[in-house]
Amino acid sequence: MALSAEESGRLAGLLTSHADRVMSRWVEVAAGSLRGRLSQAELRRQVEDLHRSMVGTAEHGPLHLDGEHAAELRAVLADLSRGRARQGFSATETATSIFALKDVLLEVMEADAGESTLRDYVAYSRLVDQMGLFTFETYVRTRESLIADQAEQLLELSTPVVKLWEGVVAVPLVGTLDSARAQVVMERLLQTLVDTSSPYAIIDITGVPAVDTQVAQHILKTVVAARLMGADCIISGIRPQIAQTIVALGIEFGDIATKASLADALRHVLRLTGVETARRQPRRDR
Amino acid sequence: MERVPILKIGDILLVSIQVDMSDQTALQLQEDLAERIVATGCHGVIIDITALDIVDSFVGRMLSTIASISKVLDAETVVVGMRPAVAITLVELGLSLNGIRTALNVERGMELIAAAHADEHEELDDEPDAETASS
Repeated sequence: MALSAEESGRLAGLLTSHADRVMSRWVEVAAGSLRGRLSQAELRRQVEDLHRSMVGTAEHGPLHLDGEHAAELRAVLADLSRGRARQGFSATETATSIFALKDVLLEVMEADAGESTLRDYVAYSRLVDQMGLFTFETYVRTRESLIADQAEQLLELSTPVVKLWEGVVAVPLVGTLDSARAQVVMERLLQTLVDTSSPYAIIDITGVPAVDTQVAQHILKTVVAARLMGADCIISGIRPQIAQTIVALGIEFGDIATKASLADALRHVLRLTGVETARRQPRRDR
Repeated sequence: MERVPILKIGDILLVSIQVDMSDQTALQLQEDLAERIVATGCHGVIIDITALDIVDSFVGRMLSTIASISKVLDAETVVVGMRPAVAITLVELGLSLNGIRTALNVERGMELIAAAHADEHEELDDEPDAETASS
């Protein structure tokens, strides 16, 4: 798939001798597909970078995109593609910026057509295809890592551990509880117990839309693990439907305290720790 | 062979496990501890496993055995400082260390033993027992 040494040389010659025309046409064609979402100057800069690294690589000998001396070209392509992926351009829009070079090359080569022009054009076209595919791969990789990052952030966001009272922490669970999240919740809760040395934890499941045997299993495991560490867990926020589901499924919470609301759970813990709460007498003069 | 030191703090024996537990070390610890409980007449044993990264079924059983031995010798055993990762592993393994009391740290463990001891004293309050008077 690599260009031969002569082909590379001719490509370099072509790109340098028609440098201005190639670049301005390239920018024009690429801008068409981007529909003005990227500034001309920015696009111009990217095209110049690409042009420079292509010429540099082609002058070096046989141009092969996987080759060692094509590292700079690859880096420029990866850079462009990462930038586009982050800015929210589609994969097609990103790849078209590279494929635009084909049209430009055709225009330039048509002007001085020789006997080897067709063969050269096919070879160049293949190279541009490779470059386009490379861009596409980088684009997909960047997008995937973006998605993975976001998933992680979501996981972090959705599992806060809050301190309710001295020695009492609570985990308000919101959303579906799958194995991965349950694991994160468990680790976070246990670590907080150690860090704050709180002997009581309240797991509030008001925000959990459905409790099946698996979710119950996760919660039970968390409670048992906390007990092993010397802390007690109370489950609160059990909605009527969920209570019915739990009974229907035959889930046993054993001797784990369950409360209907977070307030009840907190009151329960405060009573256990010997904290008295009393309403203040209302003032007469008001 | 490494030996696990046993420290006496007031009415409590503190065992802080800082080394990886081999079978020999564990058996030696059981023996040493039983002897010390009898020799000192302590009523509480705190086993600190903060430094243990791995608690396998063997160490789990050892903790259970120590708790049982201490129980026979009238001493309360509290395992303290279990790491979250260790707790998760034990739960996944299905080991719940039945019959062992746990606390988050040494301080809370001491409170737990003190509370358990106080309960016993209350029950014995009516009888003028020599043991109760001494402590």
